[in-house]
Amino acid sequence: MTGTLERRAAMATLLEGRDDDLLVVPGLGSTTYDLAAAGDNDRNFYLWGAMGGAAMIGLGLALAQPDRRVAVITGDGEMLMGMGALATIGIQQPRNLAVIVFDNGVYGETGGQPSHTGGGVDMGAVARGCRFGTCLEVTDEAGLADLAGRLKTLQSLLFARVAIYPEEPPRVLPEKEGAVLKRRFRAALGLTP
Amino acid sequence: MNASPPDWPDRLFDVLKRADIRQVGYVPDAGHARLIARCRADAGIRDVSLTTEEEGVALAAGAWLGGQRAALLMQSSGVGNCVNMLSLMRSCRLPMVTFITMRGEWEEFNPWQVPMGSIVEPVMKLCDADVLRATKPEDVEGLAERAVQQAFGEERVVAVLLSQQLIGKKVWVK
Repeated sequence: MTGTLERRAAMATLLEGRDDDLLVVPGLGSTTYDLAAAGDNDRNFYLWGAMGGAAMIGLGLALAQPDRRVAVITGDGEMLMGMGALATIGIQQPRNLAVIVFDNGVYGETGGQPSHTGGGVDMGAVARGCRFGTCLEVTDEAGLADLAGRLKTLQSLLFARVAIYPEEPPRVLPEKEGAVLKRRFRAALGLTP
Repeated sequence: MNASPPDWPDRLFDVLKRADIRQVGYVPDAGHARLIARCRADAGIRDVSLTTEEEGVALAAGAWLGGQRAALLMQSSGVGNCVNMLSLMRSCRLPMVTFITMRGEWEEFNPWQVPMGSIVEPVMKLCDADVLRATKPEDVEGLAERAVQQAFGEERVVAVLLSQQLIGKKVWVK
């Protein structure tokens, strides 16, 4: 069940050479730190709370910005809390949204308690059942490179499970002030603050 | 009671259009049925059916980050589902307007509606939302206008409670 990919390297690969039309929403906790470690960017909307909300924030953003691409990159625990969002997104079918789950099968932030995916719940099967047309199981470097390429030219709703292994790399903490994150994100999109 | 259906849902729809609300999240609700149907039929509004109300809060956050205004339609029982997600709006000062049809307060047949219905107002206020209440049909449009301006002008969450008097008694035995 446990993957062999290293989370920080995986994030870096996915975002290598990212352009200004890729907007990224991580989940709270480790994926927020991974995203910050890959390089701060005004087009990142880091989460420090709102567990279960990342995918729906991504949907609202994708619908509002149809000419840009949105990647939600969250953890298995965060996705499990908001699993209904996959059904909601599947009905909406935004062409410019990718939901990517870094799955290590544990709640790393709270002491490594096993998550349901660690117990065998198949998130990719859930996404397929929720009408995600493309569902990828990313278990190696080739799969990561493929997913990174798809993020550059996203044209239909995509789900990917990235099989990482449990570890806690040194935390890289981004801006915590929510109003600041909001203002800089909107400014980067050319919206009035 | 009125023979014709109430027209406040249409007035509410007009407010949403005038305010350029582009995304409307909702969990299907009898009290909002007319407004939901109007939103679904409108090409300029993206109607987003939700599995739970908190999804609509996160949807509104994403919409605003992307430059669009969003509204959430729900029933009083849905407020309880939103509590933690509303911390996102407070932490980031993100705006949302929500229209809440009340249950458990007026000719209610189902006692299970009372516990949540009776605490909607204090709960929303504790979550830092501004709360307005409409009890008469003729008040709905004006309050909704004010709610929308307050929400998106001040970047606040503003709730308009639509009293059960407006919606009428649910018929349980047909």
